[in-house]
Amino acid sequence: MTGKRILSTLAHRLAILAYVAFALFPLYWLLKVSVTPNNLLYSEGIRMWPSQTSFEHFEFVLRHSEFPTFFKNSLIVSGSTAVIVTVLASLAGYAMSRFNFRGKYWIVTLMLLTQMFPLVMLVAPIFKMLSPLGLTNSLTGLVIVYTAFNVPFATFLMQSFFDGIPKDLEEAAMIDGATQFVAFRQIILPLTLPGIAATLGFVFTAAWSELLFSLMLISGNDAATFPVGLLSFVSKFSVDFGQMMAAGVMALIPACLFFLLIQRYLVQGLTAGAVKG
Amino acid sequence: MDSRAARSSGSSRDQRPLRQRLADASAPYLYSAPALILIVTVMLVPLVLGISYAFRDIQLLNPFSGGFIGIDHFKTLSQDENFYRALRNTLWWTGWSVLLQFAFGLILALLLDKPFHGRAIVQALVFLPWAVPSFLAGLNWSWLFNPVVGPLPHWFFAIGLMSEPANILSDPQLSMWGPIIANVWWGIPFFAITLLAALQAIPRDLYEAASIDGAGPVQRFISITLPFLAPTIAITVLLRTVWISNFADLIIVMTNGGPADRSQIVASYIFTQAFKRLDFGYASAIALVLLVLLITYSMLIVVLRQWLVSKD
Repeated sequence: MTGKRILSTLAHRLAILAYVAFALFPLYWLLKVSVTPNNLLYSEGIRMWPSQTSFEHFEFVLRHSEFPTFFKNSLIVSGSTAVIVTVLASLAGYAMSRFNFRGKYWIVTLMLLTQMFPLVMLVAPIFKMLSPLGLTNSLTGLVIVYTAFNVPFATFLMQSFFDGIPKDLEEAAMIDGATQFVAFRQIILPLTLPGIAATLGFVFTAAWSELLFSLMLISGNDAATFPVGLLSFVSKFSVDFGQMMAAGVMALIPACLFFLLIQRYLVQGLTAGAVKG
Repeated sequence: MDSRAARSSGSSRDQRPLRQRLADASAPYLYSAPALILIVTVMLVPLVLGISYAFRDIQLLNPFSGGFIGIDHFKTLSQDENFYRALRNTLWWTGWSVLLQFAFGLILALLLDKPFHGRAIVQALVFLPWAVPSFLAGLNWSWLFNPVVGPLPHWFFAIGLMSEPANILSDPQLSMWGPIIANVWWGIPFFAITLLAALQAIPRDLYEAASIDGAGPVQRFISITLPFLAPTIAITVLLRTVWISNFADLIIVMTNGGPADRSQIVASYIFTQAFKRLDFGYASAIALVLLVLLITYSMLIVVLRQWLVSKD
């Protein structure tokens, strides 16, 4: 019996180890190539760790390429999207959580539908709509589009956080003479702060990874976000693997930071709208 | 009971001034208006526009285009070999991606359901791929498959799967598997997270009772775990199927639909038509077909669900 138990524990740990290795190996390889100096890149192609490491690729990417601009653009777009979406979704999510009103069913249906249909359908019409307004090739245009795409699931997410706060709190405040909006702002919102942080994180991550619309809407380097810059870099200088991977590591950093922030809320986020990604 | 009702039942409800009642009735709409306006203008209006484009000749580089051409796009589409291949590829891509993501995700969830030392850290590490931006996941895997910097072709060669270290992404027969493998890597956490949450909601004493009654681990899994997980499994698999069939990022990054449109799925084909050939009319026509197929699929699910409910 004990022998069997040890054996099954061992199998369990080995299986876990295999999963960890599979999950981390691609990222490990990204990191490894990004610190391999150029003269060793081909001669030590499939060694697990280069005999020498250097940060020359990172230095080049930071000093002589446009990646800092791309990084800044992506940060502006994802950050603004996250803030605007969270504000809109808090309001809408509060309405969904606290009111029973006639249009609610239709609003929920509309928001669910937006999660189901292929967004790639909208690539052409959105381009045609934004172009006469001067919003193609502009960060503002991207923020508007991303905000609309992320509001539905963020609303469901915020609603689930509001549902977790007892209604007595604002009722008590309203008996004391506060309007509902004041009660919402001064009592409910502060209690939802962790939920707000999680929503910010989810939306930031989603906006940071968006690819198709940024490819379609952005053409110049000035307004290029990270994915656009990285892909055009790949098609132009497809031999500079070290630099590409150094840029890749840079793109990974904010994603990992936000992942740590929202890790506790993953389940809630995924059930709220089967989040993109 | 909602808060308005709770409040008005305290005072005499209909004696409130009209303005007050109007304000109360419009409150939920005011709260949701900004979000709704945005969704309608940036998603619903383009959706309708896109449907109209399917019947018009819209090419970005041709200033004389824009006329109404009826169902011409659909006639072209019915003869388009690449479109049919993209349809078959979509089934292949979606089927394998969902199946493998689900199978490995379920196993991972079961492994993580057992308490062990360092579980929190392991959980963070194995869920990490979920946080990797899709474009980076695609690039990362295309580098791994590249014989110049990636180890995979050399390993495949070493164990005899390949006659020489070659890039499967440029092989017309195998190119589809590159994005599928990347997608599996990237999507396992999604299933693992949702299934793990469902697993942890199963009351533990059920297992204890079953093992006292002499049920083995396999028996416990079949008669306790599976029935409890079934609703979660059904919902996540069905939703994920729709989502993955629309998910073109990895294909666009890794193969661009190539070589020679061999790894194109319908979603990436739409994007290629709109982005590379700037033929918005044709792209919208394909998109409309995809939309109809997805709606049919969703209706099938609804019907199936009702049939299952009525059978019980």
